[in-house]
Amino acid sequence: MAQKLMMTALSPTMTEGTIAKWSKNEGEAFAAGDLLCEVETDKASMDYEAPASAVLLKILVPAGGKASVGQAIAIIGKAGEAPMPPNELAPQPSREPEAPATESKSPIVAASPERVESPIATPLHGAPLAPASALPSSPLARKTARELGVDIRMVRGSGPEGRVVEKDVKAFSEKSPAGVFSSAVTARGEASLSPGRGKGNARPSSKETPVSGKRAVIAKRLSDSFFSAPHYYLRKQILAENLAAARAAVNAKREASISINSIVVKLAAATLLRHPEMNVFWKGDRIEQREVIDIGLAVALPDGLITPIVRDCAAKGILQIDAEFSALIEKAKGKGLSPDEYEGAGFTVTNLGSFGIDEFTAIINPPGSAILAVGAIIKRPVVGPDDAIMAARTMALTLGCDHRTIDGAVGARFLADLASMLEDPFQALL
Amino acid sequence: MKERFFDVVILGAGPGGYVAGIRAAQLGLSAAVVEKDSPGGVCLNIGCIPSKSLIHQASLFDEGKAMLERIGAKIDVSGFEYSKVWRSSRLAADRLSKGVQFLLKKNKVELVKGFGVLSDSNSVTVDNGGEREILHGKALIIATGSRPRALPGFQIDEKIVLSSTGLLMSETLPASITILGAGAIGMEFAYVLRAFGTEVTVIELLDQVLPLEDAESAKIVEKAFLSRGMRIHTSAKAEKLSTVGGKAEMSVMLKDGSAAVFSAEKALVAVGRAPNTENIGLESLGLRVTRGYIETGDFYETSAAGIYAIGDITTQPQLAHVASKAGEIAAEHIAHLLKGSPEPRERRINPYTIPSAVYCEPEVASFGLSEKKAKDLGARFEIARFPYKGIGKAVATEVPEGQVKLLFAPDTGAILGASIVGAGATDTIHELLLASSAELTLEEVAETIHAHPTLSEGIMEAAKVGLGRAIHI
Repeated sequence: MAQKLMMTALSPTMTEGTIAKWSKNEGEAFAAGDLLCEVETDKASMDYEAPASAVLLKILVPAGGKASVGQAIAIIGKAGEAPMPPNELAPQPSREPEAPATESKSPIVAASPERVESPIATPLHGAPLAPASALPSSPLARKTARELGVDIRMVRGSGPEGRVVEKDVKAFSEKSPAGVFSSAVTARGEASLSPGRGKGNARPSSKETPVSGKRAVIAKRLSDSFFSAPHYYLRKQILAENLAAARAAVNAKREASISINSIVVKLAAATLLRHPEMNVFWKGDRIEQREVIDIGLAVALPDGLITPIVRDCAAKGILQIDAEFSALIEKAKGKGLSPDEYEGAGFTVTNLGSFGIDEFTAIINPPGSAILAVGAIIKRPVVGPDDAIMAARTMALTLGCDHRTIDGAVGARFLADLASMLEDPFQALL
Repeated sequence: MKERFFDVVILGAGPGGYVAGIRAAQLGLSAAVVEKDSPGGVCLNIGCIPSKSLIHQASLFDEGKAMLERIGAKIDVSGFEYSKVWRSSRLAADRLSKGVQFLLKKNKVELVKGFGVLSDSNSVTVDNGGEREILHGKALIIATGSRPRALPGFQIDEKIVLSSTGLLMSETLPASITILGAGAIGMEFAYVLRAFGTEVTVIELLDQVLPLEDAESAKIVEKAFLSRGMRIHTSAKAEKLSTVGGKAEMSVMLKDGSAAVFSAEKALVAVGRAPNTENIGLESLGLRVTRGYIETGDFYETSAAGIYAIGDITTQPQLAHVASKAGEIAAEHIAHLLKGSPEPRERRINPYTIPSAVYCEPEVASFGLSEKKAKDLGARFEIARFPYKGIGKAVATEVPEGQVKLLFAPDTGAILGASIVGAGATDTIHELLLASSAELTLEEVAETIHAHPTLSEGIMEAAKVGLGRAIHI
């Protein structure tokens, strides 16, 4: 019996291929293992060998044509056998889609509102239908979405095949304050309360938590940064003896101790003053050089991450920077920060040393172009002045830079200066 | 003692147990079903199936007679033997019970005969006439079903005072009967017996027949029953039942407060069903049981992990189709835990998606919110009704009594519930149930072309009534 010869994945990553050349002609017999055609992918050119002995009855995708994996490229069978009727054959995507021969009133669209082809399909008596790209949704979900003013395309479906059902729309509406929730008790609303009664013996295999607004912002900002800014990282380990001693000396005379981060921020500001090319924003078609040095500090809160900013750090002393950060963190934990208190840092410091992390890389906090990741101050063996190995307190710095604005040498010069500043804090005064 | 090991051992081969067994086997589990009687449970042997056979024959007999008389035919039913009617009902039950045996065998589910007792949380001891065997299961499903409920003072002797089981197994037709309880069981028997000529009196404590059904639907049934010559007393409290001189005498306080005594050849006590949860070892396993019903959580798991309970022994409605669905959910959950197959789509049956069906003539079927329940909940709803008189086929086939009643949400057209009374109701209800659970609204139902002439047209028309554009009313 005649069979379709499918395009197969000739390499593990191949999803489609172009027939470079057919090595057999229609009507020609071949044996298993014979070269049938050459297939090109974006990576390589490969031989398509015959899976079995047969006759090439008909070529469906001629040389130069593209076929995705799993698509029929030819019909093979016995000599003299008729190829299958064309309506059984897969369409050939290498051709432009043809306009339908007759104007269709698109009855399928009207009859099956589950998946609609036109962007906004003709509604049946005013029933809103799903847009083309949307997941399937139930008629009731669409009507409820219209009632509640919810854009159904934003709703994730929990039904079969991701179908959006009424409760998804209601849950979405309740989550987002924009939609007004009119509470009509419905059979479904009531019923959904009765299953899932806690009995203590349910063993759900996973738990889903809706994404909070804050988590959504964090996700978007960090994804935007990580996937648009080409990150590179520079590492430097510093001797932290002087830094630790200086901090201990200052804190000994104070009731509330100064955070190591405030010292790092001040010294980073002092270094940035000498390297203004680090204090820049990527603006797509231009680079904005910042006049003032605004430094953000990454702070972990129970419900996410926030980066309060101390403005103009170069003009402020360590005590003031420390006091401002303390106040901002308290505010962040309470009623929250206003945008001008966390937006627009030219440089960011993040420190996981208190968790005992030796060193780590961080994602740049846009619109700034660099972020300094600070590890824990820990004793490590270091090579002393007379080549003796000794134990000394050290700290690992990892500078993450956006290569669009900061080239490697620029970042390296900055980090080297910052390192020597941290090793000898007195230099900040110079 | 002989021991065998399975993934799942199921106690009871009724519509819950045998379905759970087959579903488990489909998902690659080894399963055993323990049954002391014939497979198929009450439903197949002494419930749904034989009673439907009787109802079918009663309806043919009654309507056939009426029709022949109307066209002037002379009818002589003197050779009528109820035992032949009864034998047909047993034949249907036996045939389907054998069918269940075949299905279990085909799916390689082990049917173990005997009385099973849970000996620990992973095993069942089966006693088959003294021969004992232990079946070990990684999971257990209890599906032991129910039996007719006895009322204190209304002792069932199955000679004069019968349960549904006794009546179904009776080869003879009583000349008269007093039926206690106008629920589905009482009303179905009332219909059957009356059709074959028995004098029937129905006593119901609540203020309507079929108390679980919509009041309007119940009224239509009551009217039809009264016109067939039955006596029905609602809001009537039965106080005593005694057998006097071989007759059943029921003392009843009627609605108006007067006392009455109903004497008949037999009495039927049809006041619900009691769960079979005694003497199967539940106590020692610490399962939470309330008034005889086993408490279950998600996937019908009991308070003991790995032990599931489905069907009439749980607090869900005592219906065969509920037991079957629960059996599928439990089996799918066990397969999920043991084999990693997908979790069942629903953790429990949503009570608003359970259809109820009463098979007398006219039939009654319903699901979802009733009008009363909707009012109690303070839900926003509207009602659409369409009478059978407006359905061409109902008139042509001489079944013009009935109506389709829909409850819907006024803002979205969501179908909240329905009650259909009339011919074919127990079959046609599913269109609305499917529409409701798939979240189709009145519009989709109204827009769907329904073949003419069919009884289903009434559903389309009722949806159109809800939209204010019915054609045939």
